[in-house]
Amino acid sequence: MHISNDALRLKREILARLITAFYTDDFEENARLIPFDMRPKGCEVTYRCCVYKERAAIRNRVMAGLGVALENDNERTPIEAYVRVAQKRDKPDKEVLTVLESACQGCLPNAVYVTELCQGCVARPCLNTCKFSAIKFVNGKSFIDPEKCKQCGMCIKACPYQAIVKRIVPCENACPVDAITKAPSGHAKIDFDKCITCGKCVAACPFGAVHEKSQIIDVLTKMKLGFKVIAMLAPAAAGQFPCSLKQLNTALRKIGFFDVWEVALGADVTSKNEAKDYLERMERGDKFMTTSCCSAYNQLVKLHMPEMSSHVSETKTPLYYTAEMVKRQYPDAVTVFFSPCVSKRKEASDNDNVDYVLTFEEMGALFIAFNIQVGKCAETEFALESSKQGRKFPVLGGVADAVKAVLGDKAKDLKPVLIEGLNKQSIRELRRYAKDGVCPSGNLIEVMSCNGGCISGNAVINSVKTSFKEVGSYADAGRDILEIE
Amino acid sequence: MEGLKKVNVQVCLGTTCFVMGSSNLQELIDTVPKRYGDDVEVSGVPCLGLCSIDWKFSKAPYVKVNDEVIKEATIDKVLKMIERKLAE
Repeated sequence: MHISNDALRLKREILARLITAFYTDDFEENARLIPFDMRPKGCEVTYRCCVYKERAAIRNRVMAGLGVALENDNERTPIEAYVRVAQKRDKPDKEVLTVLESACQGCLPNAVYVTELCQGCVARPCLNTCKFSAIKFVNGKSFIDPEKCKQCGMCIKACPYQAIVKRIVPCENACPVDAITKAPSGHAKIDFDKCITCGKCVAACPFGAVHEKSQIIDVLTKMKLGFKVIAMLAPAAAGQFPCSLKQLNTALRKIGFFDVWEVALGADVTSKNEAKDYLERMERGDKFMTTSCCSAYNQLVKLHMPEMSSHVSETKTPLYYTAEMVKRQYPDAVTVFFSPCVSKRKEASDNDNVDYVLTFEEMGALFIAFNIQVGKCAETEFALESSKQGRKFPVLGGVADAVKAVLGDKAKDLKPVLIEGLNKQSIRELRRYAKDGVCPSGNLIEVMSCNGGCISGNAVINSVKTSFKEVGSYADAGRDILEIE
Repeated sequence: MEGLKKVNVQVCLGTTCFVMGSSNLQELIDTVPKRYGDDVEVSGVPCLGLCSIDWKFSKAPYVKVNDEVIKEATIDKVLKMIERKLAE
């Protein structure tokens, strides 16, 4: 998420400390010390009840940084043991997210709630507007019976004093598929059979209690062992740091990446295949097709909307094609995708060509730990040229524009529809299109889980406004997709 | 001293400050001059060198208003400091 807040800063600081610890003589001990270094004896307690609680939450974050599922922690295992696990495991965990119980506030459940602003007025519009007879007056003030209340919100609108509010659990409220709920303990719990890894809960929790499991130590370990580690940069990377993409190429090589590829190359393959797929579908009489590059959307279709699957383009994602090219050139290499969102970890777990996924936040933590000034790095050219359209993929509408560009004259009947962000409402709309077999507003539906596209992914660093501009100017400097061989 | 800016704001856009939140402070570069006109000058600058000492990066992002350093800078903190300097 681009908005800077202390929960995000904390996460990035811990990652940077963990990376620094990795390169010391005693990684295990220095990882163990992170909570004590960050909250030393006698320090000011900023957020929690006491320094011990803060250290416990930081310890949990260190574990997430080590890629451990907090759900399986018995709280007796020392951090050192997890450090060893992180360096030895062959494959990262399949599940992407984890809840840090020590950081989770255990918020009060969702409810509509009358505050003390209630004046106990004569008109009592709340009472009259409630269709479920959930409101009564106790001691002259409005009271909502939680058993009867359906949380429709009519009383909230009716109250002339704005005395009635909806109390929400941010993670639950943000989840478009009801995959995160409160366990009996009151803490959030993710149902991994339902989770589409969109990461909206990660961004929504003000306590930073939902965490992705990092793969940073896995990657650094491979590097240390002497593997050729190749970085693949999501097109959104062009707008993430105060430097050019070519400078980023150099910066990553300084960290130890053997080669750096643009995933915009794979986006060009996606555009061409998707254009072909679209034409074939229209010729055989289909009414619409949806794009297939957003991992969270693909999970949504798989887990919650199977009726849509016949409408989803069979085209693979830009990451898929890029990883295939990289592995063709370097069969023994370890591939690392740098991603604007955590969802791509799920996609990677089903693709043998993508070994690891790190987020832009983790890339930032690497630069902090290595003390690299990206803006001062020289530029390194990329071996292969990506197109204007491929570079524009991370901006909403970019995929549809690319398909249009490939189709040229044949695009005259193409009418793009942009789904800007997955939420309950847009999911309802998509369901309707699938059920009716037709979308009234167009025939190429571009679905992006995040509002505005990947540039507003849940693990981006830069503000959307600035990265929109940067991605745009990098795209404008590129050649047209049809001009590139 | 006519012609001189009264307040000079430097937003550190070094990598560390950027990752730790100055990405979010970039909008000051646009919005502050609009609000205060010629009295305040805001610019993004490469690393101010404040983050590399020990574990000071945890206090990033840094912003310098005239000679005063703001640590863990936020838009609000910077605006308040500008107001203070203008009042001096």
